[in-house]
Amino acid sequence: MRVPWFIARYASAREFYVLTESWPLWLGLLGALLLVAGLYGGLVLAGPDALQGEVYRIIYVHVPSAWMSLFAYVCLALFGLVGLVWRTRVSLAAARACAPLGAAFTLLALLTGAIWGKPTWGAWWVWDARLSAELVLFFLYLGYMALQTAVPDPRAAARAGAVLALVGLVNVPIIHFSVEWWSTLHQGSTVSLFADSRIHISMLVPLLLMAGAFKCYFGAVLLMRMQAELLLLDRDRAWVLQQVSGTP
Amino acid sequence: MHIGTGMFYGEVLALLRRRSELVHPLVFLLIVVSLFPLALGGRQLLVTELAPVAVWVAALLASTLALSGMFRADYEAGMLDRLLLSRRSLTGLMWGKVAAYWLVSGLPLVLLSGLLGVLLQLPAAALQALVLTLLLGTPILTLLGAIIMALAVGVRDVGTLPPLLLLPLYVPVLVVACSAVSNALHGQPYLAELYFLGGLLLLSMALAPPATALSLRVRVCE
Repeated sequence: MRVPWFIARYASAREFYVLTESWPLWLGLLGALLLVAGLYGGLVLAGPDALQGEVYRIIYVHVPSAWMSLFAYVCLALFGLVGLVWRTRVSLAAARACAPLGAAFTLLALLTGAIWGKPTWGAWWVWDARLSAELVLFFLYLGYMALQTAVPDPRAAARAGAVLALVGLVNVPIIHFSVEWWSTLHQGSTVSLFADSRIHISMLVPLLLMAGAFKCYFGAVLLMRMQAELLLLDRDRAWVLQQVSGTP
Repeated sequence: MHIGTGMFYGEVLALLRRRSELVHPLVFLLIVVSLFPLALGGRQLLVTELAPVAVWVAALLASTLALSGMFRADYEAGMLDRLLLSRRSLTGLMWGKVAAYWLVSGLPLVLLSGLLGVLLQLPAAALQALVLTLLLGTPILTLLGAIIMALAVGVRDVGTLPPLLLLPLYVPVLVVACSAVSNALHGQPYLAELYFLGGLLLLSMALAPPATALSLRVRVCE
């Protein structure tokens, strides 16, 4: 399959680096703006929850990080797939850069969940379906990262990791449904694309703003990590020496 | 004749000659399972209640041990390059390899479960469920294990890495199988779990051999 030129040009490490060098700054600024708006809307403007009072406000961190944990895994697998099919170094660098970020979001979702669980359920941790699925997702990230450190050559490691991430991607829904066999303590989803969300608009808007802020953060840090990875991969090429020494 | 048949016979013969590699995981399984009643100090109710967990957790660990040699000898002898260069379908060859490994290391585990049931004093209905889940579940373990062992070909810490990658993938099998046996213990139906395991088996039969072939290509050609 022929890739259109405006995508294909990003496959060159040098082109990618030059084209995206300033993006993290703009994405970071946009993310900061969304973060301030979302936090103000969520912590100040939105009223307390009818059942949970003020405690529920942790959703503005918990839910976006849980969304991002899955989103980053899908990205990891898709970047890997593109890297396997088209053998592009940039997508392999993207996959490698994705893993620690996704693991961090998963850990954040687990930690904020524990902090939320203590006052509402009375326990830091319960073996409920969603928590277990998230924990296994965390293990999948750790496995990917372990494989990256075990294989010394970054390119070979990224290609092996791509296969692992694809196997994991098939497994993620299976894990989710298999742990659903247990009765679940976790509340059901309140935000849905396909049905009316069961959440008040004054809470939904800040939540979506926070989700946007998390996405921007993810994009900015992903690009920064990718740029560092590409510099490292091509450290003996002329373009890297030019970039680093600052001469045109 | 299927492409994998030759591979299958060859692997079975080779495995039967490396007898310690076959027997050690089984002994390991026996020891791990008997650790549970020892630790519980003869509280019989708890022993029976934990029996499916003990057997299945031990089976997962034993399978990571049993499969760890899957590609090692081939890799060291340079056979993997020859496999990749062969004109025959690598997926077909992997089928033969997985089938051989299951026959020689998975099936004995299922047969041993009768003995384990006696050790853990399982009632007949639960023992039947245990045998059925092992029969459906151990091939899944072998199929998934083949992918990971192929990915781990030639890495430095070959001892600890495969279990790390493999055990999270085993979670669905563990959850569903334990739920089936524990339902049987309490006189509940467990057909749904068996169907789920059967579905997982079919899915992994379709996807795992090509994934194993891909993993080998990725690891050996780089």
